[in-house]
Amino acid sequence: MAKHQTPLLDQLESGPWPSFVSDLKQEAEARAKNERNIEYQIPQDVVEDLMGVLELSYKDGTTHWKHGGIVGVFGYGGGVIGRYCDQPEQFPGVAHFHTMRVNQPAGKFYTTKYLKELCDLWEFRGSGLTNMHGSTGDIIFLGTTTPQLEEIFYELTHKHNQDLGGSGSNLRTPSDCIGQARCEYACYDTQALCHYLTNEYQDELHRPAFPYKFKFKFDGCPNCCVASIARADLSFVGTWRDEIQIDQEAVKAYVAGEFPPNAGAHAGRDWGPFDIQKEVIDRCPTGCMRYEDGKLEINNRECTRCMHCINVMPRALKPGKDRGCSILAGAKAPILDGAQMGSLLVPFIKVEEPYDEIKEVIEAIWDWWMEEGKNRERLGELMKRQGFQKLLEVTNIKPVPQHVQEPRTNPYIFWKEEEVPGGFERDIKEFRKHHQR
Amino acid sequence: MDQETANKLVVEALQKKQKTKSKFYFSDLQDILGMKPREAKKYVNKMVEMGILEFWSSGSTTMYGLKGTGKQAAAEHED
Repeated sequence: MAKHQTPLLDQLESGPWPSFVSDLKQEAEARAKNERNIEYQIPQDVVEDLMGVLELSYKDGTTHWKHGGIVGVFGYGGGVIGRYCDQPEQFPGVAHFHTMRVNQPAGKFYTTKYLKELCDLWEFRGSGLTNMHGSTGDIIFLGTTTPQLEEIFYELTHKHNQDLGGSGSNLRTPSDCIGQARCEYACYDTQALCHYLTNEYQDELHRPAFPYKFKFKFDGCPNCCVASIARADLSFVGTWRDEIQIDQEAVKAYVAGEFPPNAGAHAGRDWGPFDIQKEVIDRCPTGCMRYEDGKLEINNRECTRCMHCINVMPRALKPGKDRGCSILAGAKAPILDGAQMGSLLVPFIKVEEPYDEIKEVIEAIWDWWMEEGKNRERLGELMKRQGFQKLLEVTNIKPVPQHVQEPRTNPYIFWKEEEVPGGFERDIKEFRKHHQR
Repeated sequence: MDQETANKLVVEALQKKQKTKSKFYFSDLQDILGMKPREAKKYVNKMVEMGILEFWSSGSTTMYGLKGTGKQAAAEHED
């Protein structure tokens, strides 16, 4: 019989989706049986106590976790998040239930052997419960006690060649899409850049001195599979600056129904024959395409790189050949000020080792934010408070129309005196010669 | 500024506020040291390494405190 009765949690299993409650019960049962004779280093019934405290929280309508804590591994200010239960007598298994963040390999590529080793370590020294690649992107170990932290850190770094990720007011574990390893759309090597910057900014990752969290995310193309544009303080989105490559024969083949559109996706029902006008041309957000006399034409100057036409006809269309990335700044989820999408800062930059130009942008932004950012203020909020123009100044980037939202309908330009030839001072007598009072 | 002077400045300033506050933002320490953030970070890191300061983290925000002080530390030592 279960250690705690959990009728409210049990109810969550009744829905149509797989439930985390079922997973918890499975792990609790496995730990109770201990068929592999593991010498558990934290209480064997930790998962049952976790369910117990969650049930109590549902019943009481309040959390039973205290706020944060002083735990970590030596020299690191991030990667470990202290979690203490405020009902330790009732639930001794989760009196300490600290979280550890493990820096996922770039592109989340790992072997099953590596994964098994991590899980074995966590069964032995932790609760066995993990949260793989949630919104932080990293591998999260849920629940262990203080004495286990250094042991786990030693084994991770010495046996598995694996570092902890970021948490708190520092650079969070950089996260990237699968990139050129598997995806033909990727306009730059996301894994190389993610890995390089992770190593380059180890101090920022492990020793918190920022006003708040700071996230890098890397998307290989504007499909934005890691959603960098919506949640990274600095997002690097692959793009191109020449023309979309068109294979006219393949376009005709799509029109003739020889290739399934969308690479066969959404094929669960019959959508009728492929209609290029309806499904591609009319869907173009800038209306920069036409299909006439069996020929597809794109006015590339007007293209906003939305990827729709390429996604629908991947055998016929490819991103251009002159590839790099755009850098956007200031995205964040809500808390203060509401959610914000990234604002375009660098329209195009080549992504080439040693990435000096990219580092210049990053470091200029950090210097500004560290100096001017209020406590718990994200970059996006600072940008709103001091203005996008200030961001351009500190990064030494010249304003271009792409920086202006709706540049065609928003002609407002704020000039500073030093930018205007002759300044703002005028000879009033000279002025009065031509203009009456 | 040498490390020792920095340590003294920070410890004295934090001890003064001990009655009302046990956790401090990095910017508080930076103000005490009167330095630019990157420079202050070197001294603060060293103080953590020397065991003078310790990190406190909520998971999203990190703060600093004198080692062994504050409610959280007291709770820890009860175990």
